[in-house]
Amino acid sequence: MEQSDAAAVAQARDGNPDAFRVLVERHSHSVFRLAFRMTGNQHDAEDLVQETFLRAYRQLGKFDGRASFGTWLYRVAANCSLDLIRLRKRRQEQQAPVDEEGQEIAAVAAAEDPTPDRLAFSGELNRLLGPALERLSPMERTAFVMRHYEGMCIEDIGRALGVHAGAAKHSVFRAVQKLRQALEPAVSSAKS
Amino acid sequence: MKHLSEEDLVLRYYGEPPSGGGDEEHLESCETCRANLVAMSRVLDAMNGLEVPEPLDGLSERVWQRIAPELAESPTRWTDWFAPRRLAAVGAMAALVIAAFLAGRVSQRQAQVAGLSGPVRERIMLVAVGEHLEQSQMILIELMNSNAKGTVDISEEQQRAQDLIGENRIYRQAALRTGDKSVSNVLDELERVLLDVAHSPSKLNSAEFEQIRQRIEADGILFKIRVVGSNLREREAAPVKGRAL
Repeated sequence: MEQSDAAAVAQARDGNPDAFRVLVERHSHSVFRLAFRMTGNQHDAEDLVQETFLRAYRQLGKFDGRASFGTWLYRVAANCSLDLIRLRKRRQEQQAPVDEEGQEIAAVAAAEDPTPDRLAFSGELNRLLGPALERLSPMERTAFVMRHYEGMCIEDIGRALGVHAGAAKHSVFRAVQKLRQALEPAVSSAKS
Repeated sequence: MKHLSEEDLVLRYYGEPPSGGGDEEHLESCETCRANLVAMSRVLDAMNGLEVPEPLDGLSERVWQRIAPELAESPTRWTDWFAPRRLAAVGAMAALVIAAFLAGRVSQRQAQVAGLSGPVRERIMLVAVGEHLEQSQMILIELMNSNAKGTVDISEEQQRAQDLIGENRIYRQAALRTGDKSVSNVLDELERVLLDVAHSPSKLNSAEFEQIRQRIEADGILFKIRVVGSNLREREAAPVKGRAL
């Protein structure tokens, strides 16, 4: 019979690493999906899966069982992703300082100049989406992915990231605003 | 006529509770807002198509192989941190670190006498400060997430904050000595927040509790702790070079 997450967590807490392995096998694919959406990069996503499970193991004592292990693990993964995106962003800024505001996103989108006749829409959108997501602040990107792709409510996002719901809400708004600015021309072209 | 803000439209798109009333009536009667909502929905709907590639075969196995060697120790329980043995160990470590730093300041030879090379000393500090920041962050997150309705009992968080203040001071002084401004600045701000928490009444009404939360939020301390913690982890993982804390 398949061992429940709760039972595996209890055994892992008692120092049984094999029990934790069950959790790794069960949840690594869903963590990977979240990590990929956060980073847009398969290699980084895999590193994040590893970091998430390591951090989760070290913090297992703090898991109180109020949420499911999967939900708690998502929070750990989101925070790992947030740290990684911040780190990456700082490095990028050191290399090439950029204007924080949306003008740059618009400029990137405009520079790509997708004409309707050569627009293979979904591929084009994917191509624009990567740079557009890159230009969100770490908090904006994390909050947006959690809201849009993971379907988490604003309250839960705030709780997971350790900020007030108002701050989480603001991050989602800003993200939508910037993404809209970057992607709307392509979406409108495809429709027309 | 006052149109719906973009924020209202975002909330509506995601099915979140609206910030004000009357959205429904306004949308029905306002062509501009309906068009705006449709345009925004079109962009957000299009994003649902973002493809997530399947991970390479054997993801779980690879992850397990990489993390298994690091799972030798049992995971930390919260209560373990306050066990007398653990507190004694933290105290001993702090004393060792201070001794090593003082020795390092006087001369290299004395540092050798203390039995720790510069890189080892640095590694100890990185791990110790990283753990300290993580413990502090947990307290602040718990406070931010507590239910603020009625009377709030923060006596447990206060006790933990009180325990962390001494360690914080030691690490801050060590960081100051080694000229690591980013770490010492964050520890300085953290110390003030921990002192605030430790010296508040243990039972707070919702207004008093909200003040504490606002102080934590206004300082942006959680953000700063995360950034510095992430830096420390990066430095911990990096190959050893001659550098300050």
